[in-house]
Amino acid sequence: MMSDKPYKIVIGLETHVQLLTETKLFCRCQNRFGGPPNTQTCPVCIGLPGTLPVMNRKAFQLSLITAIALNCEVPKFTKWDRKSYYYPDLPKGYQISQYDLPMSQNGWLEISDPQGNFDSKRVGIIRAHLEEDAGKSMHDELAGKADSRIDLNRTGTPLLEIVSCPEMYSSLEAKTYLTELKLLLTYLEVSDCNMQEGSLRVDANINLHVDTPQGKVATPIVEVKNMNSFRAVERALDYEAQRQYSEWQEAGKKLGDVPKQTRGWDDGAQVTRAQRSKEESSDYRYFPDPDLVPVIVEPEEVEQVRQSLGELPAVLRKRLQTDYSIKPYDANVTVNQGPKFAEYFIRLAETSGDPQQASNWMQQEVLRTLNEESWAVDEFPVTPDELSQLLQAVQKGEIDRSRAREVFREMTMQGNSFQQAMQSLGIEQVDQSALLQLCEQLLTEFPQIVADVKAGKQQALGRIIGEAKRRNPNVNPGQFRQPCLDLIEQK
Amino acid sequence: MKSQQAWRRGKKMSLTRNEVERVSLLARLQLTEDDLETMTTQLNQIVGYVEQLAQLPTDNIQPMAHGVERFNVFANDERRPSLPCDEALTNAPRRDDDCYLVPAVLGD
Repeated sequence: MMSDKPYKIVIGLETHVQLLTETKLFCRCQNRFGGPPNTQTCPVCIGLPGTLPVMNRKAFQLSLITAIALNCEVPKFTKWDRKSYYYPDLPKGYQISQYDLPMSQNGWLEISDPQGNFDSKRVGIIRAHLEEDAGKSMHDELAGKADSRIDLNRTGTPLLEIVSCPEMYSSLEAKTYLTELKLLLTYLEVSDCNMQEGSLRVDANINLHVDTPQGKVATPIVEVKNMNSFRAVERALDYEAQRQYSEWQEAGKKLGDVPKQTRGWDDGAQVTRAQRSKEESSDYRYFPDPDLVPVIVEPEEVEQVRQSLGELPAVLRKRLQTDYSIKPYDANVTVNQGPKFAEYFIRLAETSGDPQQASNWMQQEVLRTLNEESWAVDEFPVTPDELSQLLQAVQKGEIDRSRAREVFREMTMQGNSFQQAMQSLGIEQVDQSALLQLCEQLLTEFPQIVADVKAGKQQALGRIIGEAKRRNPNVNPGQFRQPCLDLIEQK
Repeated sequence: MKSQQAWRRGKKMSLTRNEVERVSLLARLQLTEDDLETMTTQLNQIVGYVEQLAQLPTDNIQPMAHGVERFNVFANDERRPSLPCDEALTNAPRRDDDCYLVPAVLGD
């Protein structure tokens, strides 16, 4: 797993997650992406004098759920602080965030790689805290004008900031952590995690531990921003590691020699570029927000939330393996497709009574169709119970796999039930006497094949089966083979 | 931070001119040399006044996060009407059809 490079990459991730509430964190304006600019604001979120924020109960609840699912401690006492800085998308001149007493801390998220590129591990979570988002500033570079336009719809929407320990040692580990985190958030239904819409934003802190004759040396930490997909995260981190190593070789700067630098990922050019130097945290002049009262969470409440979490990805993966005897790989694929997909699989496995076949169909036909049609699982037109009938027919040998795929297409594309699909494709059971009659006829027509089979060349039978299927598509090769052999035997 | 630590140790605290200059920069205030002089003096008077509190013995007292002993004030997650766009933009120094306009913001 460790590369042959003369350094170790050290990565910590800060993830901002937009919470799925109806309204903003401190006022009751709608929390929704994509509305016309400046139509979802009020005196509270645009920071007019004399207004007071009131905490959204649902936002706090969703944060609590997430923190507990991330195995965090939830201290009994938490409060909110003002983080002061000036920026046009921050109308109050400060962001309400959490400083020294966050609502949760010291958790972990387990990650693993099915390909075994790294050992399963727990990545520590330093803290997860609840804060408000800023607005959006838009600068039209083409117009080349002196103005930026400000839309404050997003101002004050609830964000959960999840800070990991610097415990990931490759871009793959970082990507896996993000994938697992996103999956967890999706199962918890606390966020839609849409990166394009900014519901999930990632900043990375990265530096190197370089082997030198004098021992290990840490290079200055760089914060990388502006990564708009997990793929971008992976590439930006790979690029940044190499850049830092080159810079180390040229300049030899160690951690502490220079202030922390912020760099932005340029996806077009596939490079990181220097941004403003990071202000020290004391520059934000944090102090407790006098407009908000602290929140006390009793241990019983934490326990209650823990009990109500439902089945999370890590547990579900194990259960699919034990309850349905499917392979770890299959369980992984099924769970990683999201809760609805996993739920569909479970229903299909139960009703068909054949979990392995259910798993195969889900991963091949169902997944392919979902991808081809760009359907979400709940847009898939065939219910698990209908699909189960098809699987059972295959299992009993009533239809073969290639015909079953035709039936499947008919069901998905025409929205037909299993029975309707069978009918419209003219599939019916060929009764035993018709089967024998066809067989007899073919053996008379192809005496050479009879001779070949008798001479021990069983593969010669293939031609007869092919011919039988051509004359009657409903013939199931599996059911045709034995009677045919029996007849040859008698000749 | 330095000042807070001095405060906790109960030492007499004063702001230097450099600190005031730095804070004014963070607050985006453009102060003249004379302003800086005046502000440093005045701020030191304010800090000095508040510093009287340091005479009180607070060794075994937990710091408070809030002046009022109240906790867990929440609102339900239910929508209420927002301002119409035009009204929201009323106080904007400059605006276009639907946005506030500010001097160019480049970078992030």
